[in-house]
Amino acid sequence: MRPAFSVLFLTTLIGAAQGLLIALVVGQLFLVVGTGQQTVPGGFYALGAFIALVLLALGLLASFFHLANPARAWRAASQWRTSWLSREVIALPAVMGMAVLYGGLHWLGLDMPLLHFANGKSLDLTMAVGFITIAACVALFICTGMIYACVKFIREWASVWTVINYTLMGLASGFTLAAAYAASWASVLTGLFAVFALILTIAALAGRVYSLWRNARLRPLTTLKGAIGAPHQHIRQVSQGFGGGSFNTKEFFHGVSPEKVRALVFFFLVAAFLAPMVLLALGAGVMLWLAFVVQYVGLLAERWVFFAHGNHVQNLYYQRKA
Amino acid sequence: MRDPVTSCDSQLGRAEVKTTTCYMCACRCGIRVHLRDGEVRYIEGNPEHPLNHGVICAKGASGIMKQYSPARLTKPLKRKQGAERGSNQFEPIEWEEALSMLGDRLDHIRKTDPKQLALFTGRDQMQALTGMFAKQFGTPNYAAHGGFCSVNMAAGMIYTIGGSFWEFGGPDLERAKLFVMIGTAEDHHSNPMKIELAKFKRGGGRFIAINPVRTGYAAIADEWIPIRTGTDGALLLALIREIIETGLFDREFLMQYSNSAELVIQDIKRDDHGLFARDPNVGVRPDTFDTPDRFWWDKATDQPVLSRSKGTEGRLMGEYTLPDGTPVKPAFQLLKERVKDYTPEWAEGITGIPADTIRRLAHEMGITARDQKIELPIAWTDSWGNEHQTVTGNPVAFHSMRGLAAHSNGFHTIRALAILMSLLGTIDRPGGFRHRAPFPRPIPPCPKPPKGPHAVKPSTPLDGMPLGWPADPDDLSVDENGAPMRLDKGFSWEYPLSVHGLMHNVITNAWRGDPYPIDTLFLFMANMAWNSSMNTSEVRKMLTDKHENGEYKIPFVVVGDAFQSETVAFADLVLPDTTYLERHDVMSMLDRPISEFDGPVDSVRVPIMPPLGDSRPFQDVIIELATRLKLPAFMTKEGTRKYRDYPDFITNFETEPGSGIGFLAGWRGKSGEKSMVGEPNPNQWDMYARNNNHYHHHLPKSFQYMRNWNKGYLTWAQGNRLVRYHDPINIHIYSEVLQKFRLAAQGKWKGKQPPDELRPRVEQFFDPLPFHYAPLEWAKTDTARYPLSALTQRPMAMYHSWDSQNAWLRQIHTQNYIMVHPSVGAGNGFDDGGWVWVESPWGKVRCMARFTEAVEPGTVWTWNAIGKASGAWGLDGDANEAKNGFLLNHLISEELPNMVGGRHVSNSDPVTGQAAWYDVRVRITPAAADEPQESWPQFPTLGQLPGQTGFGAKMRAFFAGKKR
Amino acid sequence: MANEKQLALVIDLNVCVGCHACVTSCKEWNTSGWAGPMPDQQPYGKDPDGVFFNRVQTFECGTFPNTETVHFPKSCLHCEDPPCVPVCPTGASYKRESDGIVLVDYDKCIGCKYCSWNCPYGAREFDEVTGVMKKCTLCVDRIYDQTLEPERRKPACVLACPASARIFGDIKDPESEASRAIRDNGGYQLMPEAGTNPANHYLPRRKTNAQVHDDQLQRADNPLSREAEPPKFGGPTIDDASQW
Ligand SMILES: Nc1nc2c(c(=O)[nH]1)N[C@H]1C(S)=C(S)[C@@H](COP(=O)(O)OP(=O)(O)OC[C@H]3O[C@@H](n4cnc5c(=O)[nH]c(N)nc54)[C@H](O)[C@@H]3O)O[C@H]1N2
Ligand SMILES: Nc1nc2c(c(=O)[nH]1)N[C@H]1C(S)=C(S)[C@@H](COP(=O)(O)OP(=O)(O)OC[C@H]3O[C@@H](n4cnc5c(=O)[nH]c(N)nc54)[C@H](O)[C@@H]3O)O[C@H]1N2
Ligand code: SF4
Ligand code: SF4
Ligand code: SF4
Ligand code: SF4
Ligand code: SF4
Ligand SMILES: [Mo]
Repeated sequence: MRPAFSVLFLTTLIGAAQGLLIALVVGQLFLVVGTGQQTVPGGFYALGAFIALVLLALGLLASFFHLANPARAWRAASQWRTSWLSREVIALPAVMGMAVLYGGLHWLGLDMPLLHFANGKSLDLTMAVGFITIAACVALFICTGMIYACVKFIREWASVWTVINYTLMGLASGFTLAAAYAASWASVLTGLFAVFALILTIAALAGRVYSLWRNARLRPLTTLKGAIGAPHQHIRQVSQGFGGGSFNTKEFFHGVSPEKVRALVFFFLVAAFLAPMVLLALGAGVMLWLAFVVQYVGLLAERWVFFAHGNHVQNLYYQRKA
Repeated sequence: MRDPVTSCDSQLGRAEVKTTTCYMCACRCGIRVHLRDGEVRYIEGNPEHPLNHGVICAKGASGIMKQYSPARLTKPLKRKQGAERGSNQFEPIEWEEALSMLGDRLDHIRKTDPKQLALFTGRDQMQALTGMFAKQFGTPNYAAHGGFCSVNMAAGMIYTIGGSFWEFGGPDLERAKLFVMIGTAEDHHSNPMKIELAKFKRGGGRFIAINPVRTGYAAIADEWIPIRTGTDGALLLALIREIIETGLFDREFLMQYSNSAELVIQDIKRDDHGLFARDPNVGVRPDTFDTPDRFWWDKATDQPVLSRSKGTEGRLMGEYTLPDGTPVKPAFQLLKERVKDYTPEWAEGITGIPADTIRRLAHEMGITARDQKIELPIAWTDSWGNEHQTVTGNPVAFHSMRGLAAHSNGFHTIRALAILMSLLGTIDRPGGFRHRAPFPRPIPPCPKPPKGPHAVKPSTPLDGMPLGWPADPDDLSVDENGAPMRLDKGFSWEYPLSVHGLMHNVITNAWRGDPYPIDTLFLFMANMAWNSSMNTSEVRKMLTDKHENGEYKIPFVVVGDAFQSETVAFADLVLPDTTYLERHDVMSMLDRPISEFDGPVDSVRVPIMPPLGDSRPFQDVIIELATRLKLPAFMTKEGTRKYRDYPDFITNFETEPGSGIGFLAGWRGKSGEKSMVGEPNPNQWDMYARNNNHYHHHLPKSFQYMRNWNKGYLTWAQGNRLVRYHDPINIHIYSEVLQKFRLAAQGKWKGKQPPDELRPRVEQFFDPLPFHYAPLEWAKTDTARYPLSALTQRPMAMYHSWDSQNAWLRQIHTQNYIMVHPSVGAGNGFDDGGWVWVESPWGKVRCMARFTEAVEPGTVWTWNAIGKASGAWGLDGDANEAKNGFLLNHLISEELPNMVGGRHVSNSDPVTGQAAWYDVRVRITPAAADEPQESWPQFPTLGQLPGQTGFGAKMRAFFAGKKR
Repeated sequence: MANEKQLALVIDLNVCVGCHACVTSCKEWNTSGWAGPMPDQQPYGKDPDGVFFNRVQTFECGTFPNTETVHFPKSCLHCEDPPCVPVCPTGASYKRESDGIVLVDYDKCIGCKYCSWNCPYGAREFDEVTGVMKKCTLCVDRIYDQTLEPERRKPACVLACPASARIFGDIKDPESEASRAIRDNGGYQLMPEAGTNPANHYLPRRKTNAQVHDDQLQRADNPLSREAEPPKFGGPTIDDASQW
């Protein structure tokens, strides 16, 4: 498949944003459930949520570049019963809304307890909203992942690993960002986030390496024999019916040499996973910001490769790109 | 969105439907053109048309994009003062200037030496008019595309059975059981062939394709027989041998309807050796062509009797002595002896087809013809007065075209095919070959070329037709020394039966001044600076070459074209024609009409829209020029203008005053009450238009078959002036016509004789019986160095060079490749998709290769005329056609060196002058890695011409009429 | 989603000669019609590119000399279980209940191209100029158009096809020409493993062979016997070898 930059930005930006939001809520929970002695000012959450919001908005903006008729984008929410894309279109604003609510409540300090527990702790309003935010983020991860995972004509994508990996990578980059952000506040949460980020990055690496391995061993959904229904073993295309270009030769082919794609695999393995792991392990301050930037760039490359590795069944009909 | 079901298309704008005839190719289907707000919206096949019954092809359906082509010419153009020819520098002029410039020049030529005008036309459909113009002008230097197209097919078959494939006849697939297609890719019968082929296959018929390549039609064949290029003669002769040896021929048919049983004099010492023995006591009309004075050997009485005498039965075999001691053999016996050594094993070695396959083929043909006979309850009477209650058919049909024709051995190969068809008894019979009016015609047809220099006189029409059908050496157009009289050397001893001329040699000959220099070269609808010339690169140089004194070797070049072809750049004067949707045209009985098996059909084209800009129908231009030149046929007795314009000419012209024969056969007579012959009818055009632009004369069933010998039909045909005589047209299994030329070469002919250096050539190739020889070019080629045969094929979605200007069609064939068997790549070190050099002894091209398993490994091929010169046809300079596409013509030589007496002759069939396109041999080597990935040769990019429509935008979203 | 009526094309590979008439007649009808325009980019330049609803491809099966050349026309197959439809987020892609035709409503389409990813046949083509997805409409604007003569109410490609290799009809009606063609000639669907249940069917190559028996070569009325020359049937005989 031809990677569309709008989609690369969309998925990586909102992935990081979702991860960041989840990290904030997890941080808040940790502090609540934990010793209870250390607190973090509401501004920390508010600004963090705002950053997530900005990333989400940038992602949304990028997605508009993907649409040829963005003015009608509102229609895209209508088919949520059947279309994961439609569901994503609903989930994304929902996450944005939760980010606003979560950040806003923290900003305004509107944090009345809703429930009191026997151990003396309480479920505050922000915490409750945080849980809903996590749910929205997870839902969005699933929607976005499923958009690809349910394209059964691209065997590389049609797998639960598409959703798992997408989620893990989003979480990893979000927690890395959260760690860097927390470090800038000199927050107690820095270490927690960094540890989570490290674990998630390792998990994402494992998942992604597994999917690379899986993709390399995939058997095609069908062959030319099934595509044209001729009962022959040796079938070759001699003409695809036109000598110029077409939508089918552009949208479904990336046109980059296999060597370059292999180099990019190497690059993203290092940039998205190995390098951030080292940087996260080194810990503090600037290193964490660097970890995020490197990881983000790595994940952009990862998305590119994800598309490039997607070999659509329709390509059987378009093998003569001269 | 508007609901497609409740609203209809015709409401989108002002809608109109008009009918006319397609000319996206030479097939000439009926079309209905839908217009919306005056723009072409949809062109569909006309369901009421006999040719295509409502279907259309890829080209026809893309007519819209031709109408709106960026290559359209809309202004007469004159080469800019001071600009070099070929530099594409023109200034627009008005028609009056163009016509007076050309008129004055032609007037001077006509008054001094008319042959200084050479008028040659390409794949056009108005040879009746252009030929008449040339004759009236007085120049013999006229021909159309036939010589470089398929004249072998015309001549080889017409000299044998009085008709041919091509536009003259075809396979009766409605009734055939076995269909054998040899060397055909697309043909002039494009849609009808596809319609018939599908019906034939669905009806359970068996379809065999013999072709080095399997594409198009051959793709759906039940059996593909890959044959080595140029070797079909061997196959056909072996088939003939097997059919004779096993007795699978139709003896009765051959005896009665061919010259098989007639006795040929066999005495090498005599001057009439090889001619038929004749009875001097039988009176023979001087104008007859099939004389009743020949003998056959009666089986019962063991005596010679006049052939076809009632109650006798001839012998096909044996050798006999006439009472006067003359040794004779039946023609068939000579054929049998001729093919004796042509065994299937012999043919296997030449064709690459296993001997067993050849035998099986012969048996299949013979048994199908013999055992699956069709009998139609149609009573008819033959030329000898025998009444028949039925028409019999032997349902084996053949079709063939340029795969046989475009070789220098094509004439004899095609004669072998015609003889095979005759042995099987399939001529003008159900399920076999069927004629289309005005065929069958006498063997050979009556028109004769000018017979010597006296035929050309200043200010006088030519004596004879520019093109005709020599019957013996005395019909040749040669001077007293036997030297050619025509610029293209047609009808000379080099190519005596060149019945369609040799257009492929015109430019070279004119440039060299051999046999003489000319003044004006007038090209119409022919892309001679590109795909219709051989040796294209050199020919382009000849067009601009100068004498030492600075004069162009070809002083004046006029091009009549509708589009910015490669040739336009080489003109001194450009006459912009209209498109087929903008003009009147006729597909006339005097030319090549669209007749069906069941009777004559002719048709017209009527304008659907007004001419674009200053373009003007070329026919009008010809009428105008003819009138200005005061050519007799275009003047009244009083010496005033006779015809207002072309439509007026078509309505009122008669071949001779009061002859009643005009260009159109339908609705003649004052009020359209007559057909075929009758006075001019002022409303004839309307009547055609009302009848879907054609006139179909349905013959009675009893006139539809066996027309060579069908008394009723022949009498009707003579009465309606389709033929001059109503004598039977007997099949020439043995060709006495050819033997006469051979006798002349042997010095045994009283009349014209060839110059000495040509005697061996004429003697060798004018063999009265078919024989196989390797294409002549192979002897001039180191075939070990050039091991591969190179071919072109017609793509179904492109017409010659015309269609690259078409935004839709060019997306289908954007560039061409050299298609090779993978073993060629493996043996020469290149890959599928690699850049390679293809070299012949005469030239080379760089192009891209593509592997295919559907080709005989000794053959390589490409689609014809996809490659373009940069900037031509309104395309951008870097269009794929120019930068990746290539033209095979650069590899093909128009002449072969050292052929007779050390001199070159045309790269053509030695009998007919048919261009031997497919004889060329090549080798293929990989291009070096550091070479540009671009085809070679490249030519400087042509710029847009003044008045050319052009098209700058990068996007086109065609929607006819106003947007919703 | 089982429709009661399902219009479709049945494409007979046994007679398709690869002429591309269906390709350009489709473009011609549709570019100026309900579904148009079908724009071309670089129409006269390098690498032209355009929207076509139907393309004819060529495949070669087997190796020389046992090569089959297959011309293979392909347009939207109007799948009975079209994966392209449910994934469309806007509802622009839909399958008509009345006749099973799969269409795109250009006024709703946002041009996300997601439907095309979910078509295994590469049958959808995107119009970059208006930014909407386009595809074969089965000429829905022809087949019901009451202003056309009844026998011309067929898709443009079907009317054009010189080899009558394209049969149009309701495959749910067992009596239709299309159903009969499928039944009688082993009609099949493309990529059954894709689970799309395409409405368009293809008819395979069918061969007519000839059987020639040796005894058919020998007949009493062999013309050679009329010529008093006994027919020759290969091989030496005892006469060639014996001497007594
Ligand atoms: N679409 C389309 N139709 C056309 C034209 C066009 O340009 N485009 N041109 C028109 C014109 S002017 C003409 S003359 C006709 C020509 O019609 P065709 O004669 O069908 O044209 P060619 O493409 O020359 O096809 C020649 C075929 O012969 C095969 N062949 C070549 N050499 C040999 C051989 O030695 N033996 C055998 N058995 N086969 C051989 C080639 O592989 C090819 O398939 O088509 C007409 N129709
Ligand atoms: N290598 C190779 N070369 C070949 C062949 C081959 O098989 N292989 N085939 C040969 C054969 S059979 C033929 S017939 C020739 C064909 O050769 P041509 O007849 O020369 O070829 P076309 O490309 O048809 O070019 C005809 C010219 O007519 C112009 N034209 C088109 N429509 C109109 C119109 O309405 N009015 C006017 N005035 N002009 C118009 C076009 O612009 C073009 O310039 O090619 C021959 N060349
Ligand atoms: S076959 Fe030729 S005449 Fe007929 S529709 Fe096609 S282009 Fe036109
Ligand atoms: S029009 Fe018919 S024969 Fe021609 S390519 Fe299309 S389906 Fe095949
Ligand atoms: S491109 Fe249009 S039709 Fe396709 S999924 Fe998107 S909105 Fe639906
Ligand atoms: S062929 Fe493709 S576009 Fe057409 S209905 Fe089936 S899945 Fe959808
Ligand atoms: S049915 Fe209509 S839209 Fe579909 S391929 Fe045929 S002509 Fe094109
Ligand atoms: Mo031709």
